[in-house]
Amino acid sequence: MNGYNLAQPERSAHGIYMQRLGCLATLFLACALSCLASSDPQPLQRGEELQTTDNEVGRYGGNLVVAQRSEPKTLNPVTAADAPSREVIGRLMADLIHINRASQQTEPALVKSWSMSKDGRVFTVKLRHGVRFSDGQPFDADDVVFSFQVYLDEKVHSPQRDLLVAGGKPVEVQKIDQYTVRFTLAQPYAAAERIFDSLAMMPRHLLEKSYAEGKFAQAWTLNTSPAEVAGLGPFRMKEYVAGQRIVLERNPYYWKADRNKNRLPYLDELIFLFVGNEDAQVLRFQAGDTDVISRVSAENYALLSKEAPSRGFELFDLGPSLEYNFLVFNLNDLKSRNLDKIANKQAWFEDLKFRQAVSSAIDRDDIVKLVYAGRGVPLWGNVSPSNKFWVDQALPHPSRSLEGARKQLKAAGFSWRGDGQLMDHQGQPVEFSIIASSSNAQRMKMATIIQDDLSKLGMNVHVVPLEFRALLDRVFQTYDYEASIMALGGGDADPNPELNVWLSSGGTHLWHLGEPKPATDWEAQIDQLMQKQMVELKYSRRKHLYDQVQELIGQNLPCVFLATPNILVGAKKNVANFRPAILEPNTLWNVEQLYFRQAGASGSGAAR
Amino acid sequence: MASKRKIVAAVMFLLSLHLAILLAGFVAPYDPAAQNRDFPFAPPTRVRFVDAAGHLHARPFIYQCVARPDGIYEYEESRELRYPVHLFVVGPEYKLVGLWPSRVHLFGVEAPAQIFLAGTDNYGRDQFSRILYGGQISVAAGLLATGTSLLLGLLIGCVSGFYGKWLDESAMRLAELFLVLPWLYLLLAVRAFLPLHISPTQTFLLLVVVIGTIGWARPARLIRGIVLGAKNRKYVTASRSFGASDYYILRRHVLPHTYGILLTQAALLVPQYVIAEVTLSFFGLGLSEPMPSWGNLLANLQQYNVLVSYWWMFLPALALVLVSFGYLNVANAFHERLQSGST
Repeated sequence: MNGYNLAQPERSAHGIYMQRLGCLATLFLACALSCLASSDPQPLQRGEELQTTDNEVGRYGGNLVVAQRSEPKTLNPVTAADAPSREVIGRLMADLIHINRASQQTEPALVKSWSMSKDGRVFTVKLRHGVRFSDGQPFDADDVVFSFQVYLDEKVHSPQRDLLVAGGKPVEVQKIDQYTVRFTLAQPYAAAERIFDSLAMMPRHLLEKSYAEGKFAQAWTLNTSPAEVAGLGPFRMKEYVAGQRIVLERNPYYWKADRNKNRLPYLDELIFLFVGNEDAQVLRFQAGDTDVISRVSAENYALLSKEAPSRGFELFDLGPSLEYNFLVFNLNDLKSRNLDKIANKQAWFEDLKFRQAVSSAIDRDDIVKLVYAGRGVPLWGNVSPSNKFWVDQALPHPSRSLEGARKQLKAAGFSWRGDGQLMDHQGQPVEFSIIASSSNAQRMKMATIIQDDLSKLGMNVHVVPLEFRALLDRVFQTYDYEASIMALGGGDADPNPELNVWLSSGGTHLWHLGEPKPATDWEAQIDQLMQKQMVELKYSRRKHLYDQVQELIGQNLPCVFLATPNILVGAKKNVANFRPAILEPNTLWNVEQLYFRQAGASGSGAAR
Repeated sequence: MASKRKIVAAVMFLLSLHLAILLAGFVAPYDPAAQNRDFPFAPPTRVRFVDAAGHLHARPFIYQCVARPDGIYEYEESRELRYPVHLFVVGPEYKLVGLWPSRVHLFGVEAPAQIFLAGTDNYGRDQFSRILYGGQISVAAGLLATGTSLLLGLLIGCVSGFYGKWLDESAMRLAELFLVLPWLYLLLAVRAFLPLHISPTQTFLLLVVVIGTIGWARPARLIRGIVLGAKNRKYVTASRSFGASDYYILRRHVLPHTYGILLTQAALLVPQYVIAEVTLSFFGLGLSEPMPSWGNLLANLQQYNVLVSYWWMFLPALALVLVSFGYLNVANAFHERLQSGST
């Protein structure tokens, strides 16, 4: 007994020793492994210049689940054009200078500071030291130079390239030392620091090869192995399941920390589910499968708000968005296109009085009431009233007048048949079709309301629902349409991203694409004003120029502006630091700061 | 006797439904496309006999519906004034059976009150009127498609049963092919090939032709069976030996046998084709706005918030159920009578 008793502690001491050794070994192994693959936040290193955020200090852990309407098409930040892709890529990538979505002002991101020369042409940026990509490789000026080389390469066809060209010349990028880059513009460029927003800095070590081979556009598809995709955003790629979800995990090297020096993000994983449509998003959110929901329609918002108290989520109405919905007539040059029927109708569309009549016959208040259930505002121009810095307050808001519309039509040589049908001066009945995206219930409703409004002028309007890609193909490629309801805007509050739409040479100059030179005087005037405001550095003078542009657009109505919806979002109550914003991405722009208040209360289980 | 009374009852029920649909312009109080933008998603108006003070009235009346100032798409009754429901009132102009212009409606109330027996849709359009007008499209599509199918079926069935040999062989193999076709996908495929903006009338006729043409196989097989049985009867052989032509034999001795089955088939096919039209329109492949059809009306339910918030948007389905029930009842009565006749 005794001996046994004595032996026992000895053995146990040995056991403990062995255990400790084992523990150490495991710990060591774990350390080694974690350096290779774990997504636990890496300890802060000496000389690492982290950005400190001012959010409420959170706790680590939890998976945030959001539902996307459709599957992203690519992970390539340069070629991505669709909203779901940009939403995912935005969490994987970071930019040099960032627009804070809440304040709408620029702030340093990957750069710790920047300076502008007196003439406004030379920009010098200082990069943060010790920043690493999500695969652990260091980030420096070479990556910046490489990224801009790609964006500026005409062969890559980046949609952002237009923004990087000032005065007809692309911006010059020059490495000064490992952490300093100089950008030289051919002419001063207003709000130049804003163009850096959302320009993802890409890892040269991973992408240089495909770029050199001329295959950059094919790089980083959804099926690329996660190990080969690295960025500077708060998350990195973990898994893609076709048709179901994308799982992102924490970027353990992320360059932001809270004020207690906890490296962000707090969340372990960010999961995007692909659910197909808005109703499915609402259902998943209602069921608690997802934690955050963006851009809810007003009807669904009303539905959800009835249940918000009992189901533990909160809803937010952020006011009018920056997006503008409009009716656009096809004014493209159709000579060589064998579309005679449409070309004949262009005689009406080209007549300003006709467009004015259409505009004054449309009841925008009813659109807001019936389409957005009152959660929206009518529009008479391209700038939403929530864009306080840029909206032209003097822009007239003519109220609806069928009488005025009839007068205008009469003045333009139209007349009415006995049964009320509107006829043009050649005796042709005015009849045309409006195409709209069949998957967008709101725009379909607008079309039905416009159809009814215009029938009161004796116009015979058909509403044709089209699958969205088929619609884009008609508007941008074949020009085989008469009128279309579309929406633009929402990205940034600044006028410069709008250049693409209003410059007669712009790629989104929807009503008349590919104009060799401005087709009308007012388009030429807008071209000049837009170019001028682009190089003007003083806000008040820029504002004055942009006001003139808005007035010209309002007078000449290349687009008949309709309305803009309020931004309606929601989140579970236990999602902390949730600060939705008017600018896109409305909810996930500060995803690195989000955390769950109670442990294990996330919807993570549902996604697995 | 009992079965005869049953047939009469079933047919009467069906006829009254069809009459209401045929005279939609008269029965419906409003224009189906007229939007009342102050009343989106207004609930069905309650027709009352007892007023707010508790008095009984012989003539039914309604209270005016007003939007609640605080809610979205929420309404209440304004109890101040009674609006009696009158018969044969003058209202918006329409064309009776598409021919005679008229302004007289079966019932209505005085403005500014409006009577929405089945509520309104997103644009404040009277759903009761839309259901009636929509029925014109849906039921007519069903009837015409049935006519097409039966005519084709009768033709092919007779030829194939009467002449036999390779004609019979090939027609029946073709029929089998049509029977196994997944018709919904076929319809979707056909619609996808069509030009985008064809006029409502063209869309309608096209729908009918497509639906009707692919349904000939079943009636053709049934009729072929009857023709096969009938053509070998002794009186047919006798008639042939007197020198009767094929046409004469078919007309006098064979076709009369098929009438029973044709009627039963028709009663079965009509609701099936009405539902086919509803399905197509539900998927947005039928008529486009603002023309109503039952499928278009039901398509509102594709939006989740409509599905869970406004129960009256289901009412077009009730109309569909009633018509289907009416036809199946008739088919059943015919079937019973055929069976009792054969024993």
